[in-house]
Amino acid sequence: MDYTIFMVMIGSSLVGCVSGALGSFAVLRKQSLLGDAISHAALPGIALAFLITMAKSPMIFMAGAMIAGWIGTMLVMAIVRHTVIKEDAALGMILSVFFGFGLVLLTLIQRLPTANKSGLTHYLFGSAATLLLEDVKAMCLMGVVTLAGLFLFWKEFKLFTFDKDYATALGFPVKRIELILTLLTVTAIVMGLQTVGVILMSAMIIAPAAAARQWTDRLWLMVVLSAVFGAVSGLSGALLSGFVAQLPTGPTIVLIMSAIVLISLLFAPNRGMIWEWFQRRQETKLLRQKLMEKHKS
Amino acid sequence: MTPPAVAVKDLTLAYRDTPVLWDIDITIPQGVLLAIVGPNGAGKTTLIKAILGLLKPAAGKVEILGKPYQQQIKKVGYVPQRGTVDWDFPTDALDVVLMGRYGHLGWFKRPGKKDYALALDALDRVGMADFASRQISQLSGGQQQRIFLARALVQDAQIYFMDEPFVGVDAATEKAIVTLLKELRKQGKTVIVVHHDLQTLKEYFDWALLLNVHQIAIGPVEEVITSDNLRKAYGGRSAFFVS
Repeated sequence: MDYTIFMVMIGSSLVGCVSGALGSFAVLRKQSLLGDAISHAALPGIALAFLITMAKSPMIFMAGAMIAGWIGTMLVMAIVRHTVIKEDAALGMILSVFFGFGLVLLTLIQRLPTANKSGLTHYLFGSAATLLLEDVKAMCLMGVVTLAGLFLFWKEFKLFTFDKDYATALGFPVKRIELILTLLTVTAIVMGLQTVGVILMSAMIIAPAAAARQWTDRLWLMVVLSAVFGAVSGLSGALLSGFVAQLPTGPTIVLIMSAIVLISLLFAPNRGMIWEWFQRRQETKLLRQKLMEKHKS
Repeated sequence: MTPPAVAVKDLTLAYRDTPVLWDIDITIPQGVLLAIVGPNGAGKTTLIKAILGLLKPAAGKVEILGKPYQQQIKKVGYVPQRGTVDWDFPTDALDVVLMGRYGHLGWFKRPGKKDYALALDALDRVGMADFASRQISQLSGGQQQRIFLARALVQDAQIYFMDEPFVGVDAATEKAIVTLLKELRKQGKTVIVVHHDLQTLKEYFDWALLLNVHQIAIGPVEEVITSDNLRKAYGGRSAFFVS
């Protein structure tokens, strides 16, 4: 198989898999927007990492993204804790301020005389076709760490997500658990930035989990399904964008993911809209029959 | 001498500059069924949360069986208000009850055979044995309340704190909870319940704490529920309950 295609396949399915798994917890915690803030906040980190090192190394970019994303998240939490501003407003503020700063830095970098500046704009919409062995290695490492963390702290994350106060009363250090969960989420997001891009990365956190929730009432199955949905859309989107049609990777992946979400919302048993509509029709029919019988007698 | 189940000394708690609890000083002996009663906004839930370390008081000290709460966590069971969690969370009744074992398990460990046996037994005790694999969103309010009770039971504690367990439940659940309370007392456990129904107070509980930001009275129910005390707590509105 073509070496490039192979790299793209591994990289993009890994991104979908890890963000899907971690996204389940973000969605269940009703913190979907946090992913959006983290990914947008990562942009200035990438740009600054380049400006400081003047090297075009994905490892260094990821480190920059990680630090900036983390600072953004901590700022959101600090704003919510210490001011009267609510979480949605805090997320919006940090997202736009960091992203704006990132765009300014990106424009500055474009004006630099050095030739070694290309590649940074890929981080806006993502470009799976540019994935190299070095990138995929780094992504594998991050993915393994993230999934291992999820497995290790499974019980704690579940308890914390379902009932935070009860977790506290049982003696669990909930602040530390929240920190670890957030750190893993940041890692999952940073991992996908090169493939999907900062603008649409949050969809990789929210969409697979929202679709998976439709099909199951078990947490572990939801996480597994979410990872599978993410991997499938990551893989097919990257291949489609890179090799069939020349399209930006992020938007292509997100469109495929949206199709999965739409199907799940409509057709899933028990929770799907069509199913619900059908149930209600049956119930009305039964009720009407009963009423008719009563009138006759 | 046995230490009291709960000792609260000079506890004061405020949201910004509004005091919610003012200078609370209570000693609850072991083995009683105590109801915390008072009007809405009296600080009943806040008091429980402060004792359990969920809220940080501005001043004061709390001791459980003679030691700070952090050292007694495994001896305390907690039943939070039903409305505080999202019941659409993807899990079943048994799994929620198993969460009561997490404190005993410690980090990383998964519940084992013994934990499952305890959880099933607790479900049986609250009359929910047939609902173990039921998705929690498909349970009625009363059934959800009983799941929370079962979760506290598997904590195998000495002292139980229950926040409004009787709110919005059906008659069957109310009966099941009362039976459970009596059972717990028979085993020598201490149970502290946030309650709002003065009419059932004498029937269900043997001790009461009358609260309205300040503590009005604490002791055996007959001594606490006097028309004088009720007027102090409710401002005359509920005096007719005691005739």
